[in-house]
Amino acid sequence: MEKKQKTSAGLSDKASDIILVTLCVLILLIVAYPLYYVIVASVSDPYDVYAGKTFFLPSQFTLEGYKAVFANKDLFRGFGNSVLYTVVGTIFSVVMIYITAFPLSRKNLPGRTAISIFFIITMYFGGGLIPTYLVVRDTGLLNNMWALFLPGGVAMGNVIIVRNFFEHNIPSEMMEAAAIDGADDFTTFFRIVVPLSRPIMAVMVVFSMVAFWNDWFTALIYLQKEQYPFPLVLRGILITAEAVQNMTSGMSYAEANRVTELIKFASMIVAAAPMLIIYPFVQKYFEQGFMTGAVKG
Amino acid sequence: MSNPNTAAKPRKPQGKSLGIRILESWQLYVLLIVPVVITVIYKYIPMYGIQIAFRDYKPNRGFFGSEWVGMEWFERFFTAPTFKRMIVNTIKLSLFSLLWSFPVPIILALAINQLRFKRFKQVTQTVLYAPHFISIMVVCGMLRIFLSPNGGLINLLAGTQVDFMTEPQAFRTIYIASGIWQDAGWGTIIYLATLSAVDPGLYEAAKIDGASMFQRILNIDIPELIPQIVLQLIMAAGGIMSVGFEKVFLLQTELNKATSDVIAVYVYEQGIVNHAYSLSTAVGLFNTVINIILLIVVNKIAKRAADVSFV
Repeated sequence: MEKKQKTSAGLSDKASDIILVTLCVLILLIVAYPLYYVIVASVSDPYDVYAGKTFFLPSQFTLEGYKAVFANKDLFRGFGNSVLYTVVGTIFSVVMIYITAFPLSRKNLPGRTAISIFFIITMYFGGGLIPTYLVVRDTGLLNNMWALFLPGGVAMGNVIIVRNFFEHNIPSEMMEAAAIDGADDFTTFFRIVVPLSRPIMAVMVVFSMVAFWNDWFTALIYLQKEQYPFPLVLRGILITAEAVQNMTSGMSYAEANRVTELIKFASMIVAAAPMLIIYPFVQKYFEQGFMTGAVKG
Repeated sequence: MSNPNTAAKPRKPQGKSLGIRILESWQLYVLLIVPVVITVIYKYIPMYGIQIAFRDYKPNRGFFGSEWVGMEWFERFFTAPTFKRMIVNTIKLSLFSLLWSFPVPIILALAINQLRFKRFKQVTQTVLYAPHFISIMVVCGMLRIFLSPNGGLINLLAGTQVDFMTEPQAFRTIYIASGIWQDAGWGTIIYLATLSAVDPGLYEAAKIDGASMFQRILNIDIPELIPQIVLQLIMAAGGIMSVGFEKVFLLQTELNKATSDVIAVYVYEQGIVNHAYSLSTAVGLFNTVINIILLIVVNKIAKRAADVSFV
């Protein structure tokens, strides 16, 4: 303890800590404030929002915006579509990642390198927008939900992360012991690899959910209006400012305007909230995933 | 799988003939059937279909029956009235974006790595990751509302009434700043993962030698990160021509096109809106080829300069 000297060159650790924490708090405020502001605005009177009365707390608290989001036919249907696409897409995507990653993690698989290259090429080269569109059309997937899942192929970035997890985090002794007991590859996969890789599976589920929940461009190209997911319905309200239908009838102009503005804020929260609630549960595995994933690309 | 008699010792699959080994692995191939089929249909066939960039694609004649026209579509693109503007905008947008955005996650990771209160460190990371999980649609919706001249947050705070979305000078700043807001936090993960591999003994030794926090960052953390930084830089360089199409598309207005008109939007408009399939494919191919050339060149430079390479 006596030896604890301070250099004259630098700040003491305590001073550095204080500066560091202050800096981080500032950054946190910058990142979080826009989201906080939208939440506050979504439960405030829009005229007060645009008059600058809601920087910190709601003004004339109301849940009308949220009611209006789910009362709106287009938004409600879009929400349902998004839930469907996210559930089906996530199951499909995670299954594909797993059945690709497992064989590629087996060192005794003949042709392993060639098969890996076959898949990895697709990370760097592709046919581009139109050739892919034409294949989707010619395989009859236009206006079909599967157009959102199949053209993406196998998510190779995720396959590499999962493959490396299998190689490094599942004890090879267990596989060998299973092999001695006469377990075949299917048994090893379902009885050992799948149960022992739950953390990385959770990460893959979250990554896939986020990708499908937030996707809108694929739907814009391949699907028709009734099939649009939530973000694409939002586009009409937030970006191209189409009139919000089905709710303005029977309302005065001013009232319709007010509800439209309320819907803008509330629908953004409805779109963002589900994923923001989910990701902290798997956050502790992110670094691990990227580390094993980075060992060999 | 090997039989129990030989399994006592580490197995030597090389001892068996290839045919036997393939037969023994049949279940692994079964698992791969669906992924391979999907990849062939939706990844490899479109690659083969790129040849419509050199043909005059007619829906009833298909990828390979359409008439061969050589470089006509490329010439059409090079002589388009907005050609120069699109090239310049694409390069400027992604180059400036790279210059501004690239260092931020590195600095953030260096700072987060020094946080000693575990709880605070975890909360910091959670908050910094949050914007990454929000749809680009919502981010662009927020931007449009915040930047509106009538009661938008930015105008309220600044006491002005500027319509930023119609200002060509504002477009790049909006695009880049919101990009940093959304993805800088997420970008720290790869660097934090690298830093977590640093031997804690190194920090202890540095502390005993009286090194300050700043000195520890400079002499331990940064050297540890250099290879990862170079790697990330190479990958980013390979994507210079592929700007984030979705965000440009959602932030573009008639009035800011002078800076927001980029190649990717042209590919979309010609292909999906105007059904000019061959022209769109040609422009997309042009873009991809430049990306690949950039990737190879930067990879070569990095290999020579820092002995780090990507492929």
